Amino acid sequence: MTAPTTADPALSTPVSGAVETRVVSHLHPEGSYDPADHEVPKGLEEIWRFTPLKRLRDLHKDAPLDGHDYEVDLDVAPEVQAGSVDIDDPARGTSTYVPVDRISARAWEASDRLFKVTVPAEAVASQPTWVRFRGNGAEKAGAGHVVITAEPFSKATVVIDYVGSATWAENVEIVLGDGAQLTVVAVQDWDDDAVHVSHHHAHVGRDASLKHVLVSFGGDLVRINASVEYAGTGGNVDMLGLYFADAGQHLEHRLFVDHNNPKGRSRVEYKGALQGKDAHTVWIGDVLIRKEGVGIDTYESNDNLVLTDGARADSVPNLEIETGEIEGAGHASTTGRFDDQHLFYLQSRGIPEVEARRLVVHGFFNDVIRRTGVPEIQARLLETVEAELAKHVGVAQSIASEA
Amino acid sequence: MSTLEIRDLHVSVATEDGPKEILKGVDLTVKSGETHAIMGPNGSGKSTLAYSIAGHPKYQVTSGTVTLDGVDVLEMSVDERARAGVFLAMQYPVEIPGVSVANFLRAAKTAVDGEAPPLRTWIKDVNGALDRMTLDKTFAQRSVNEGFSGGEKKRHEIAQLELLNPKFAVLDETDSGLDIDALRIVSEGVNRFSEQGDRGVLLITHYTRILRYIKPDYVHVFVGGRVAEVGGSELAEELEANGYDKYTKAAV
Ligand SMILES: Nc1ncnc2c1ncn2[C@@H]1O[C@H](COP(=O)(O)OP(=O)(O)OP(=O)(O)O)[C@@H](O)[C@H]1O
Ligand SMILES: [Mg+2]
Repeated sequence: MTAPTTADPALSTPVSGAVETRVVSHLHPEGSYDPADHEVPKGLEEIWRFTPLKRLRDLHKDAPLDGHDYEVDLDVAPEVQAGSVDIDDPARGTSTYVPVDRISARAWEASDRLFKVTVPAEAVASQPTWVRFRGNGAEKAGAGHVVITAEPFSKATVVIDYVGSATWAENVEIVLGDGAQLTVVAVQDWDDDAVHVSHHHAHVGRDASLKHVLVSFGGDLVRINASVEYAGTGGNVDMLGLYFADAGQHLEHRLFVDHNNPKGRSRVEYKGALQGKDAHTVWIGDVLIRKEGVGIDTYESNDNLVLTDGARADSVPNLEIETGEIEGAGHASTTGRFDDQHLFYLQSRGIPEVEARRLVVHGFFNDVIRRTGVPEIQARLLETVEAELAKHVGVAQSIASEA
Repeated sequence: MSTLEIRDLHVSVATEDGPKEILKGVDLTVKSGETHAIMGPNGSGKSTLAYSIAGHPKYQVTSGTVTLDGVDVLEMSVDERARAGVFLAMQYPVEIPGVSVANFLRAAKTAVDGEAPPLRTWIKDVNGALDRMTLDKTFAQRSVNEGFSGGEKKRHEIAQLELLNPKFAVLDETDSGLDIDALRIVSEGVNRFSEQGDRGVLLITHYTRILRYIKPDYVHVFVGGRVAEVGGSELAEELEANGYDKYTKAAV
């Protein structure tokens, strides 16, 4: 544990000062709980311009959010508490999140239960906690609110698995006490007709460590904002993402790391593959380094592999730096097709083209899958990548993914 | 007993100013049991010949034939050629992020044999082949060629040669970038391959030093996109002494 270095003048900067907590970037409008404060988007707004509004089923307008056609299955680590509680539970709002767009504000207002996962202080979970959310129909839209809290010095992994069919708007709050180590994995493995718009917001305590993983395969339209801010110095955040868009799918991930405290570290690594006509992915990676963010270290990357014609990957990294006194800040974004040289090398060893493509795609995703660090998830992701590949690249004797 | 036969091969690459002919009528026959050295100056088209045999899409065969035991190789896809028994050790092996050497080798072995190798002996075989190339076991877990030194990449190519054991090996400047120890190790690997007696080697090189370790049956001087002269190993000695001047002047 790092001792407070009081000699560092940056640490004496009040972090709750009202002026400096205002998000300055035009990409991050001021939040409000009141949906009326958020105009109905028309599609030209910076935060909406990539999203096909017509397919949102009026989530962004006034569609009632009173659908309850879903089931939740739990497999909870013995050290962890999880379940549905009253919406007025004090946990709500503890991430300090204030809705930044209309759908998020509407979901906040409409949710009538809170799904709460709590890792008690100093508890170390002996297994991952699984929350399986199964939607039973997309006709009626619904809203959810999740709060995952890792109390000080606790350690746990929480997986939320979204399957089935739904039109779902939600907010997911993630709160890490000082020194907590938390892995949160959300897997969007929806049926083809699902629309899912979610906002994850994490509040990372002093010297706490968050690994946040978003995996999006299914759904007609998935749009997830994931934002992170630091409650104190020395917070450590890894945001990993993996997505695979098929024909007609829109998968959008919008990340925002707010380095509002000193000595924080953030690593963002998102990898996506696209195949089929009108497969569309969007990755927005915003990092803001405020004046208080001295000594921070950040790097974000997004790589897209376009497997067929007719697919489109938008990738926009954006770094705003308000202090030069940092350890490091960088970003990278690539969008490429299969590399002919890779395929040639593999084929020149006798490996058939289909199998060569599989190897290259697995290779593309391997590192980020490994970095999720949750064995059950790794195995599942390898399988899912395989299943997605079978749709287009073709089925080949499965020899690459065996250990 | 197999024969790889190249007849009057013409090959072009696409350039901004239209196709550019690089191979201008190559004739070459390699029989199993034989080692042929191809020696030529930079830019003479040696790699173009190697890639054309392997089927790299960048190279356009405009006329001529390549056959393996009478079967048209040019009709085959890249992977079919490899499965038919042609192996190319590349001058610049390609890095493939995220694909481990172990998975790659197994996929390749499975493809050329038509069945997965038996697991227990296979791991031993892989470790043995790597070890003979002085690549330690950890290489099996690394991504194919990624971050390998130039010499390690070349040794990795020869480890593959041993494991896949093709009928014909085309070795494109496998000697370049190797220090003297690595040169000896790689040469021993090639010699073990050809000592099986029924394998053919097409050894492309720029320098004669590898010919101290690998004794060619034939030496072809390759200049200006074709074979300018054929001889025995004494021809290599003459090239060592006099260089390519005689041939490059004649080719102009
Ligand atoms: N895309 C291209 N456009 C123009 N010229 C090309 C292209 N590709 C290859 N060449 C030319 O073809 C010629 C033959 O190249 P190749 O790589 O086969 O030579 P090499 O004999 O293997 O040379 P080295 O000894 O340097 O390996 C060279 O002059 C090269 O510049
Ligand atoms: Mg060459």
